Amino acid sequence: MVEISLTVNGQSVRGAVEPRQSLADFLREALELTGTHLGCEHGACGACTVLVDGAAVRSCLMFAVQADGTKVVTVEGLAQDGELAPLQRAFHTHHALQCGFCTPGFLVTATALLAENPDPTPDEVRAALSGSLCRCTGYIGIVEAVLAAAKAGRG
Amino acid sequence: MKAGDATPGWVGRAVPRSEDLRFVTGRGRYVDDLKFPGMLHAVVVRSTHAHARLLGIDAAAALAVPGVAAVLTFADIAAHAAPIPVRTGPLEGTERYLQRPLAEDRVRYVGEPVALVVARDRYVAEDAAELVAVDYEPLPAVVDVAAARADRTLLFPEAGTNRSCTYHVGLGDVDAAFARADYVRTETFRCQRHGAVPMETRGLVCLERDGKLEVWGATKVPFWNRRTLAAMLNRPVDSIAMIEVDVGGSFGARGEFYPEDLLIPFAALALGRPVKWIEDRREHLMAANHSREMECELSVALARDGTLLALRGRLAVDMGAYTRTNSGVVPSKAAQFLLGPYRLRHFGCDVELAMTNKTPVGTYRAPGRFEANFFRERLFDIACGELGIDRVAFREKNLIRPDELPWSIGKTVPYEPETEYDTGDYPGLFRRALEAFDYTGRVKRAAATSDGRLHGVGFGCFVESSGAGPAESARVVARGKGRFDLYTGTSSAGQGHETSLAQILAGTLGVPLAGITVHHGSTGLVPQGFGTFHSRAVVVGGSAVMLAGEKLLAQLEALAAERGVAVASLDLEALAGASHPALEALATFEVAKRTYTYGVHLCHVAVDPETARVDVLDYLSTEDVGRAINPLIVHGQAIGAAVQGLGGAFLDEFKYDAEGQLLTGTFADYLLPTATDFPNVSALTFEESPSLLNPLGAKGAGEGGIVAVGAAVGNAVAHALAPLGVAVTAMPLSLDNLARAIRTARGKGGS
Repeated sequence: MVEISLTVNGQSVRGAVEPRQSLADFLREALELTGTHLGCEHGACGACTVLVDGAAVRSCLMFAVQADGTKVVTVEGLAQDGELAPLQRAFHTHHALQCGFCTPGFLVTATALLAENPDPTPDEVRAALSGSLCRCTGYIGIVEAVLAAAKAGRG
Repeated sequence: MKAGDATPGWVGRAVPRSEDLRFVTGRGRYVDDLKFPGMLHAVVVRSTHAHARLLGIDAAAALAVPGVAAVLTFADIAAHAAPIPVRTGPLEGTERYLQRPLAEDRVRYVGEPVALVVARDRYVAEDAAELVAVDYEPLPAVVDVAAARADRTLLFPEAGTNRSCTYHVGLGDVDAAFARADYVRTETFRCQRHGAVPMETRGLVCLERDGKLEVWGATKVPFWNRRTLAAMLNRPVDSIAMIEVDVGGSFGARGEFYPEDLLIPFAALALGRPVKWIEDRREHLMAANHSREMECELSVALARDGTLLALRGRLAVDMGAYTRTNSGVVPSKAAQFLLGPYRLRHFGCDVELAMTNKTPVGTYRAPGRFEANFFRERLFDIACGELGIDRVAFREKNLIRPDELPWSIGKTVPYEPETEYDTGDYPGLFRRALEAFDYTGRVKRAAATSDGRLHGVGFGCFVESSGAGPAESARVVARGKGRFDLYTGTSSAGQGHETSLAQILAGTLGVPLAGITVHHGSTGLVPQGFGTFHSRAVVVGGSAVMLAGEKLLAQLEALAAERGVAVASLDLEALAGASHPALEALATFEVAKRTYTYGVHLCHVAVDPETARVDVLDYLSTEDVGRAINPLIVHGQAIGAAVQGLGGAFLDEFKYDAEGQLLTGTFADYLLPTATDFPNVSALTFEESPSLLNPLGAKGAGEGGIVAVGAAVGNAVAHALAPLGVAVTAMPLSLDNLARAIRTARGKGGS
């Protein structure tokens, strides 16, 4: 077991983990942050995407020990003081989700995109989201939601 | 009955979904999010061979791993290892090919469960699973219909053949119609093996508590699965509770009774501990139902003026290794839906089901329809091209007119009664869809565009059935303070029923939507439920909600009259007190007939003849759903289904090698549409022809968005490639396949 300490959604967290435990499993099992979902466990679907020091990463492809000393943000950390983030509100109003399973990954990926590029074009949004899979929506509502949130953020 | 009289206000409103809040904040609760004290984790050991004798399993090394609780093989479960029965779509003969929960002495596909390892966590269980030594004696693999048909290698020697069923259905006198035809055209079409592939893999958590077996993770048809499980475990039905939590998509594949649906409950009972099983993605791709792989030789008979006289098909379906719970639906619906929305009085189809050493086949959104519409619409365009008949005029001539409805298509499915298309205006919607897409203008522009690519426009017409019976129930309880609990026998895999069904109840009662909480999918909610499939949750389930709401409203009105007040001023808060019996109503809506939606999909593509890359420049899906309870949700279904179908037309494919090994067992190989693939998709929903078969006037809205995608895309690509003489007869229209077709056409001297 390896001792790690990191910040998750603004809170300091310590844990003892097996070196082979994925960050996703650590978040879900040890911290019970089950909003991070596992859709493929081989880095292809993007459902498990979290922010590690501001960058969108696949938590199924990263070991928990690699997150030692980092700042991690999961979908549970997007709303501030009970107030939905503009992206979360936009996903709701633009019907950007159905079953909700891929939604956390899309929200986190889009959060990273808008932090880097607050005024993306539709093509830039699509390119940024192209590493995440959704089987329900056909992506149209998701792209609209991200563009709307970007606009609201600039508002 | 008149549609919608009792449901003003809420029904028809594009209300954002009430379930969204928990999903966007990460507070959804899916089966893998459940934890119980002492819970163990299961991993399934699966066959690595497509076809082999199973000589023995040595679990000693696996059992020696610290933390391993059990390794179960067929011998351990033999007393409860009855073949998993057929739920729906029973075709005579197919019952000889049922699957047991674990392989006994023979494996028949890569991925077939041969053992179950249970351990203290998933990591340990996977370590141990690798140590289970399975002794196989390989047998030749049967990997396609032609090899199956030859019967040289038999999957089930006791059955004597790999053809699990052959049958004929027909209407009128097809031979006579062909004999008098001026023009007959035959073509053979194919659709590739692909499937539903929801984002959440399957999973279960089972435990026994207070004498009751709890099965968490149920969905789709929990009441039927409970009966099946009870029979297999030899327990009373009411000693089992199937519980639905949030479900990450189904599209038909998830929630059927699979081998694991016996194995995990069995393990929990045998070990006396909660057991969780979460399928990994590779397992899902090789273990959950595949679909759509079939070949059809289709012939059309036409009069010189383009009048459609008859259609004759020979359909051969690759069923995989076992008959699954709904296997027969796929071939039988493909045969039925060859008819489409046309005035066809003479029709015949020979159907053949062939067993192969591949993952078993079951339903995937619009089972059989996606394929059949592609076959028929493609053949019609080929025929029109050869006869010099305009393909729009051909449809206008042959689509069933409103005054001809209801239109019987007779008994075209062996296990179902005769059926008829109910209400609609097929030519009217066709014209409106063409206008909305600017079809004429696009065809002109396509011909005139010179950007180095070949442009094409195509469409596909369809009818789609929905609202399968026999019934559904709903229970409504007034909780006071304006709050109502609604319990439904339908399930939700993420479509938004918590919102749609609440809208129906709010409309019926005339109360605010916010006070209604919808509970779905679990066996404890209503005495009898039937589940969600065949686009029935709103059509049948929603009608039950309306009836239950009306009953409750009558109770409220009686009470108001008794107290001399208006219903609106009834103090439900006071009624919530213990002194008053609960105000509650249970209703069941029964329906024997199905209701048919209809529509047209249109597609505009540009094909690069050098690279074979196809860009879908525009796609429009149209459908008349009778009544849209929530247009936002209906629109989302239409768009999502269209993109899912575009994946089926261009990308998704379960490929096998000659030994029956699955070659596309990861998301790096099994390609699904991403956000950059199909950005230009839109949908128009019509409500011109309410159903007369239910009080809402609703028809299904979940599957019409995918039914004609292959048809529209196939016809658009064929239109684009017509100058090269490329034949478009098979899906997927992948880069590889199209490039090959273009090369072949050029080799034949096409320009």
